[in-house]
Amino acid sequence: MKWDTCDPKTAYVLHLADDALILGQRLSAWCGHGPILEQDIALTNIALDLVGLARQYYGYAAELIGEGCTENDLAYFRDSRAFMNHLICEQPNGHWGDTLARQFYFDTFHFFQLEALAQSSDERLRHIAAKAIKETSYHAQYSAEWIIRLGDGTEESHAKIAQSLAHYAPFAHEFFVPAPVDQDAHKMGLGPDVSSLLPAWKEKVESILTLATLPAIDLGFAKKGGKDGVHSEHHGYILAEMQSLARAYPDATW
Amino acid sequence: MVTLERIKEHLALVMDPEVPVLSIVDLGLVRSIEVKEMLITLGIAPTYTGCPAMDVIHDRIREALSVLETDIKIESVLHPPWTTDWMSEAGKKKLEAYGIAPPVGKAADKRSLWGPSAAVRCPRCKSEDTALVSLFGSTACKSLYQCQGCNEPFDYFKCF
Repeated sequence: MKWDTCDPKTAYVLHLADDALILGQRLSAWCGHGPILEQDIALTNIALDLVGLARQYYGYAAELIGEGCTENDLAYFRDSRAFMNHLICEQPNGHWGDTLARQFYFDTFHFFQLEALAQSSDERLRHIAAKAIKETSYHAQYSAEWIIRLGDGTEESHAKIAQSLAHYAPFAHEFFVPAPVDQDAHKMGLGPDVSSLLPAWKEKVESILTLATLPAIDLGFAKKGGKDGVHSEHHGYILAEMQSLARAYPDATW
Repeated sequence: MVTLERIKEHLALVMDPEVPVLSIVDLGLVRSIEVKEMLITLGIAPTYTGCPAMDVIHDRIREALSVLETDIKIESVLHPPWTTDWMSEAGKKKLEAYGIAPPVGKAADKRSLWGPSAAVRCPRCKSEDTALVSLFGSTACKSLYQCQGCNEPFDYFKCF
């Protein structure tokens, strides 16, 4: 396949796209299942923003690959090993607190990542980031408010969200461990040295945890591999659901 | 003869599918218009990255301009990113009359993780004693508020 051997720049754009698509797909599963209508709508709005962002990145990657490659090819016809999303994006939704803990870690990272991408050596990435950061600051505000509400809520909600936050902490650690895909990008000035984003992320996360009366988190060891295409067992199920229609009917149109 | 004025007249009739009182001109989506013989090239800013209304808006632009019998090319202009600061004053008035509170303040002033929220005025009773119910409303561009004066829930067009 024409995207199996792509240059470091295209690989980096795909890595950014895969994060947005996989988490967007995960969040979409809340549609019709949110605890109340407003929260159902909120999560699906965030999912929509992420899928929209994924389209921007895939569209750009498809242009870089050329040979008639399209955004749909990249979303629907790559296998799990070719996806470079962080493992946290593919983790199951679990209960409401699990989803919000995952989202809180991701949104906070995403904000600082986009802030860095707005300074990228690549104009297109700068433009995409400058737009997406506006949406992401709303996402980050939303998920942080939920952490505060659950942490500073009842005894039960406090215990549950503390557990969710501890569970996802080793996954969040992966954000800050450089893999070849982001090391190459950093060398070219496309993206940040991901380890440099940790202090700002930690400060923001800890300030929210304090407001939420929750203990500071220990990132622990890093559960990693996603950026190298080595995924958890959940990834295959996401792709199966997301890609089966396109693969069964490759020329289908709306 | 296809003049810029005629194109603008037609574009002013293209309404946002989700907020049918606002035209794409009121929203500030039209970034550039270029006419070259029988080809009109439009630069249209997308609102939200994932806004599903954008495809409909592009279709409606083509439909509205079809009477001019020219070729139409629509380019998506990502940069500078669309902001509610580009919404016209007339547009904000129409929005409020329609029952949606218009964006308060300037988006340019609050690009941060936690901006303090400004007082949003109830579009019905005009009370400023209102409370945020949900940051995400019926569409990506709106939040849900409730007025403490008249108790009515209402949409607020986010400052973005």
